Amino acid sequence: MSVDPAGESGSVAMAPAPAAEAIAITKSFGATRALDDVTLTVRNRSSHALVGRNGAGKSTLVGVLTGLVEPDHGSVRFDGRPAPAIGERERWRQEVACVYQRSTVIPALSVAENLFLNAFPSSERPFLSWKEIRSRAGQLVAEWGIDAHVDTPAAELTVGQRQLVEIARALRVGTRFIILDEPTAQLEAREIEHLFDQIGRMQAKGATFLYISHHLDEVYEVCREVTVLRDGRLIVTSDVEHMGKDDMVSAMVGPDYVNPTEVTDRRMRQPATGGLEVRNLSVAGFCTDISFRVGPGECVGLAGLAGSGSTQIAAAIVGLIVPDSGEILVTGNRLTPGRVDRAIASGIGYVPEDRHTEGFSPNLSVEENLTTSVLSKLGRFGLVEPSRRQRKAAELADRTEIVASSLDQLITELSGGNQQKAVMGRALASEPEILVLVHPTAGVDIASTQTLLSTVLGANLGILMVSDELDELSVCDRVLVVFEGRITAEFHAGWEATDLVSAIEGVQ
Amino acid sequence: MSEAARIETTVEVAEPRATLKFLPRGLSELKLIPVIAMVMIIGTFVHDAFFTRANLVNVLQQSSELSVLVIAEALILIAGKFDLSIESVVGVAPMVAAWLVSPILIGGSGFDLHPGVALLVMFLIGALVGAINGFMVARLKINAFMATLGMLILLRGITIGVTNGKTMFDLPEAFLFLGNARLLGVPASVWLAGLLYLVVGLFLRYHRFGRSVYAVGGSPEAARAAGIRVERVVMIVFIIGGVLAALAGLMLTGRLASVLSGQGQNMIFTVFAASVIGGISLNGGKGSVLGALTGVLLLGIIANILTLSQIEAYWINAAFGGIILAALVITRITTGEEQDA
Repeated sequence: MSVDPAGESGSVAMAPAPAAEAIAITKSFGATRALDDVTLTVRNRSSHALVGRNGAGKSTLVGVLTGLVEPDHGSVRFDGRPAPAIGERERWRQEVACVYQRSTVIPALSVAENLFLNAFPSSERPFLSWKEIRSRAGQLVAEWGIDAHVDTPAAELTVGQRQLVEIARALRVGTRFIILDEPTAQLEAREIEHLFDQIGRMQAKGATFLYISHHLDEVYEVCREVTVLRDGRLIVTSDVEHMGKDDMVSAMVGPDYVNPTEVTDRRMRQPATGGLEVRNLSVAGFCTDISFRVGPGECVGLAGLAGSGSTQIAAAIVGLIVPDSGEILVTGNRLTPGRVDRAIASGIGYVPEDRHTEGFSPNLSVEENLTTSVLSKLGRFGLVEPSRRQRKAAELADRTEIVASSLDQLITELSGGNQQKAVMGRALASEPEILVLVHPTAGVDIASTQTLLSTVLGANLGILMVSDELDELSVCDRVLVVFEGRITAEFHAGWEATDLVSAIEGVQ
Repeated sequence: MSEAARIETTVEVAEPRATLKFLPRGLSELKLIPVIAMVMIIGTFVHDAFFTRANLVNVLQQSSELSVLVIAEALILIAGKFDLSIESVVGVAPMVAAWLVSPILIGGSGFDLHPGVALLVMFLIGALVGAINGFMVARLKINAFMATLGMLILLRGITIGVTNGKTMFDLPEAFLFLGNARLLGVPASVWLAGLLYLVVGLFLRYHRFGRSVYAVGGSPEAARAAGIRVERVVMIVFIIGGVLAALAGLMLTGRLASVLSGQGQNMIFTVFAASVIGGISLNGGKGSVLGALTGVLLLGIIANILTLSQIEAYWINAAFGGIILAALVITRITTGEEQDA
């Protein structure tokens, strides 16, 4: 079953059929036309970028290409052959693999077992040969530059290593067309570089990639061609070389786009008394002796790589982790360590890093999620009066510009951008004086990003923005850089991107 | 990089929710009602005695202890945990209370404790067991299955040990009231169970603690980040569960006018079956006590019909088990909700 990656080299000379084609695809969900006559051709051994805003139809197109969504019209072909029938999952898996942000490796099993899951090399014989599995896995690990031992449980891998394991597994099975769905969202710079190197090597050995990312820089770095979708229509397909970044952005956003920098007014506020004060905060293994202030109405960035300790500082302020020493004050009142409810009551609002785990309860409606942090304020004797909850939620939805058919909808039915607006709404529900935002616009489209940032900036609150995204940091009055658990630098608005990034990366 | 240079790639297509749309959202928990009606029609054909007032009241009374136990389990399940030991509280709490009031001659302690005080002790035992379970699960993070299984075995042993395996008779009137008293021809235990469903149902829906239970069951991390004290909520549902289990034990004691050493044994299986058939998710955060009540009633009616239909006693358990499996499959298909994704 396994195909030698080098074995296809003979066919190159005769201009092979495209690795994947979606031909004149139309797909509607109810009244919404998700895809309208879209044709996508991914050339063999190419790396093809698919970009577009929220609702552009990317996910639907990926669904069509992976056989999970049946198009109303149009057809899919792989290597010039018609795609398998919908439902023949095994045959689709032979043709196309999709690496999502959410991992599909099994955490409890070793790298070797994950690579050979359900297709062990000795499956002809009644018993497994662990020796053979481990040596074959060792070859794959070395070949694809996965920097981990074959006996390591997948749970101990970094996100980047896990993604490479998934890609290597797909290639081992013989799949040559691989869709990467926002693969770098959770990766650090070094891992991203490594991933890009490996993508290049895999391409050289015959793999074809469809690359989805919200970082256009990556598109230029990794991809040869790009297709832009907007509102379910194909806007343009072009060589990346022949398409400037401005052109790509305007293709994505269309004619009615307003540049967010014109909307977001720069704020230069003088820190007065009060606000958030962090004194000598230490969390063992994460940060040491951190002190800073966020004045009322001031927006302070806390910039650091994953693992720098910046998110733990935020978690300690909010009360999710108990610091080993130090104190945190809001408008002069000392917060009780480890008590989120008291932090909220004292005027802290929190937008967590990962909305899927900490941001909302998937079983509850938009209305309930918006009001989770203020349940005690919606009636006497602990009762939650439906009318008051409804009013509060409607006000918050209005303020954060949530687009939903009804606030009774399950929150999981909203788009990612609107989910994040709801998380922001939940943070604002308690009328906080200080907002702690951790990567608030990660995985959110431009329009929603703009709304999210203008919502909080317009509210005249003290803001602590924990981020390593320059876009997010650019709205801050000051940026503090956290490196290896200490604050190592401070920048005022108007910083040079290269200086800030150097400080974040710890370059002297 | 400018802000304009960012796009998003989250899922754009919302999955339509896979539930039957014939009921308005608030009443979706009553979707078992047609099934119950159907089973009752079948029952009427199976035996003339089925659709009589006396028999139906009998069904309600026999279901009342189970239904209170189901409230206890439903609360804990909605919070995303579960408790196997509540059925052993049904035995141990009334047993210890009976032991405290009974003379040595019939296996009691000879302490001759006031029955009212003994009943208070009984509820405290329920609360204590719940608190210990809650502590093990919420604070020590011991797997709920193992912690409450250990507790189940321990309490079963204590129930037998405290009276050397004897059954306690001749109990004071306070122990029997719930089984004997009637209002408008309906036993007090039925009224009490009904009242509890109303109160707990409204509490879960309209009280902030109730909403916290749903939030914790849906996503403990999200609940914590919203300022809900997750461990405390879990502790409290376990304690309420223990107290309700003790009450269920008292109701059973009142109906049987005795405390058996094996009282409550095997009830936990029916409790889980009724909860799940009634729409409570084992993964937490979903379902309602009203839904669970329909699950209890469905199983109660089926058990009654099985008894009336003169199936040989040795085969009743097998038939009941088969019907539970069938009910699970049917509810899974008719409601379209996956119980274990």
